[in-house]
Amino acid sequence: MTEFDAATAAVEAAIAAGARYADARVMHRRLESMSARNGEIEDVDQGEDLGLGVRALVGSGWGFYAVADLSDAAARMAGSTAAAIAKASAQVPGPEAELLRAEPVVASWSSDCVVDPLSVGLSDKGDLLVSVTGDMYKAGGDQSTALYQIWDTRKWFVSSEGSRIDQHIRECGGGISTTVIGDGETQRRSYPSYRGQYGTRGWELMNELDIAAHGGRVVDEARALLTAPLCPAGETTLILGGEQMALQIHESVGHAIELDRILGWEAAYAGTSWLDLAQLGSLRYGSDLMNITIDPRIPGALGSFGFDDEGTPAAKRDAVRNGIWVGVLSGRDSAAVAGLNYGGSVRSDGWARLPMVRMTNVGLEPGPHTLDEMVAATDDGIMMDFNRSWSIDDKRLNFQFGCEIGWEIKNGKRGRMLRNPTYTGIGPKFWQSMDMLSSETVAWGTPNCGKGQPGQVGHTGHPAAPARFTNVRVGVRG
Amino acid sequence: MTEMLDIASQIIDLVRAQAPAAEAEVLAELDTLALTRFANSMIHQNVAESTPHVSLRLHLDGRTGAGSSTLTSPEALAALVDRTIAATRLSPADPTWPGLAPAAPVLTSGTVDPAVAAATPEDRAALVRAFVDAAGGLTTAGYSRTRLVEGAFANSAGQSVSGATTEIAMDGIARTASSDGVARLASAYLKDIDGAVLGARAATKARAADGAIELPPGQYEVVLEPTAVSDVLSCLVMFGFDGKAVNEKRSFLAPGEAQFDPSITIVDDAVSAGICGFAFDSEGTPKARTPIVTKGVTDGPVHDRRTAAIAGTTSTGHASNESRGWVDAVAGNAVIEPAGAGAPITEVDGPAADSAVAALVAGVTRGVLVTDHWYTRVLDPRTLVMTGLTRNGVWLIENGQITQPLRNFRFTQSYPQALAPGAVLGIGSHAVTLPYPYGRISLRVPALHLASWNFTGGASG
Repeated sequence: MTEFDAATAAVEAAIAAGARYADARVMHRRLESMSARNGEIEDVDQGEDLGLGVRALVGSGWGFYAVADLSDAAARMAGSTAAAIAKASAQVPGPEAELLRAEPVVASWSSDCVVDPLSVGLSDKGDLLVSVTGDMYKAGGDQSTALYQIWDTRKWFVSSEGSRIDQHIRECGGGISTTVIGDGETQRRSYPSYRGQYGTRGWELMNELDIAAHGGRVVDEARALLTAPLCPAGETTLILGGEQMALQIHESVGHAIELDRILGWEAAYAGTSWLDLAQLGSLRYGSDLMNITIDPRIPGALGSFGFDDEGTPAAKRDAVRNGIWVGVLSGRDSAAVAGLNYGGSVRSDGWARLPMVRMTNVGLEPGPHTLDEMVAATDDGIMMDFNRSWSIDDKRLNFQFGCEIGWEIKNGKRGRMLRNPTYTGIGPKFWQSMDMLSSETVAWGTPNCGKGQPGQVGHTGHPAAPARFTNVRVGVRG
Repeated sequence: MTEMLDIASQIIDLVRAQAPAAEAEVLAELDTLALTRFANSMIHQNVAESTPHVSLRLHLDGRTGAGSSTLTSPEALAALVDRTIAATRLSPADPTWPGLAPAAPVLTSGTVDPAVAAATPEDRAALVRAFVDAAGGLTTAGYSRTRLVEGAFANSAGQSVSGATTEIAMDGIARTASSDGVARLASAYLKDIDGAVLGARAATKARAADGAIELPPGQYEVVLEPTAVSDVLSCLVMFGFDGKAVNEKRSFLAPGEAQFDPSITIVDDAVSAGICGFAFDSEGTPKARTPIVTKGVTDGPVHDRRTAAIAGTTSTGHASNESRGWVDAVAGNAVIEPAGAGAPITEVDGPAADSAVAALVAGVTRGVLVTDHWYTRVLDPRTLVMTGLTRNGVWLIENGQITQPLRNFRFTQSYPQALAPGAVLGIGSHAVTLPYPYGRISLRVPALHLASWNFTGGASG
């Protein structure tokens, strides 16, 4: 029995049990991760999971059931159980759910991969992490860590409308970090970011990152931060580096434009959104420099795929154009409710989880400036980069971020280092103050985006470049 | 022998046959989870799964490796053993391997309520129906969840234990056009969760939070309801009580020092009746009631075998399934002891969650009642300064009375400092078990009356 056969059996059983629509995903995922600390391997893990999840629509209610068994009997039981769960939803019903019309798709897709990351020897990978963290520890990095993570996922999707899609997505990445212990405080520096950089790529990404070349600098900066002056408190001009900009986009734009949040479907947990659909197409989100796209087709970016998890082909779409809010992340059911004509952003983190609206690659189009030009154009300000903490309210308006490192900007030059830099603001006011944007774009990968109940971990991509903002409150402390 | 223990034992036998010198440990679990989710007062997501998960860790020729799988056929178990042995032989040396847990019995096989184990989609929908109806026309959202976890551990040193646990949880909000109110509760027993009580409480809070005004940022005396205290305790657990963080001097915790108010006692308890959790950890070490803070004096962190070896002590049975790169030892059943078992808690008029909260409010001259915390993150690990926001209902308290709904605050506050000697003005008379959004953690907390909380901004900026 093939994976497609199992998915088909599950869909058939759901329809036979009364569903008016059903789809099923068989997913087989292999995972590998390794971490090292101070020259010793800390954790090596290899995992594998395989199973089937089936989604059934009965009346206004969805039902979902998942099993780790691809036999015909188990698949059919899963399909009929999903339909039975959907029927129980009718005890607390709502309006009849509709799905955006979609043509059946029969297709295959694979992400690009030059060096299969699972084919690289564990000992070679381990030697790299041990060597880097050992050198960092000897250089004064009290807790020096390195890690990589690999996901190799194959999916087989079947829908009752006739879609039949298989995909093979390989993701990998990693990075280094050191924490130095001072008198009553700690400081951390990381490369290329705290959790590392990730993409839908092979081991060539780790080779390009060349983590060994950055260990010494990271330790030096962390130690220097222990005695650096505190980030001053007040309002100032703020330049954010690209890595921090990626998280700024993720938290204050990406989540805010999720249509399920806007519709109230996540109200109790992840929250809602400050955005009102009545203002789609007219609301000023940011300055004219702000152009945000939703693009799951970016080669190598972490949020890339060929088809989302309800079979919609990947397509590029505007979310913010010249500062005006024009698009959302949506699925077939949420788009139908909202009266929109596109889905394409529904994903699940595994076969045992219900697909839901998730970010794909949500990022800024490049601007006309460079980081050097921004610094040169700033008489008095602060630059911050590399996220250390993040917090934002349930409407995605009020945020406060902390960064690993800051620098004073005086008279057009980057000056002394600042420790514990933080900034806070309100989303649209902040984005409307963006007056310079760099062209130096990197598609950052975020492998730990949480959402949903039961919880799901999403992999998202965020093209981002350094940018400058005016009149930002910085230096918030406890 | 349970099915999970049989699987764990099969894997140990396979390892013995292929690599007799290997030290091997296996955790096998079957997680049967169902969650009925509602929003806009209708059920919109309704899911269930039954997922086995087996984890194998090996130490062989001075090297350590681990593998896991959701596949449990004989062929799949053999493949797991094959690839984990192969991976271990290729792994770098592990000089700090702490060895396997010795054979020892567990204190309990866990609390299982057959009614939770047998709960149907209709049962969960009935809870939702009751919550929605009790909200009296307000828009509602949330979930009801039932869970049965059957688990077993075996290792090549002869340890062999098993257990099972149930949990039922409900967490929901009611909403007016401008305000939200929340009610949530978890238990091992179906009879403890009443959708109507929770729906009515959430609705009362939402209505009482309507018309909120903004109060200037600053230091305020506060009453934190258990829903907010749960966040405080979870951050202490994750960033302070982990033996690894203490070993690495990333934690504020200083054993033997009076770091907390004398009224604060914190234990980890996975062995009392009615607890949601196993009485053994993922290394097979049996759990006992573990003191962490006693009358304000820090007893010490919790440990797994590796952090204990580094600290020169023994494991407290708190190895977690989390990545060891982040957190090692987790006090997943931590409890802040309540002030005493007084009269049974009851629902009350007004926005206070219950009579225990109302009793604390009565002792406040001017302060803020906080229902819930949201999106709290570490600003400074060593002092555990956190930033986050309030959510789901905030009120001004004047002369022991709740007088005015307030708009949400952003806060920037050291959690240990908020509980420091002299900072705790009152503790609720009852601790309640609350559902935790991540992993299988079950915390029990009372309300707290604290002398000061540092609100650093309004939700509008």
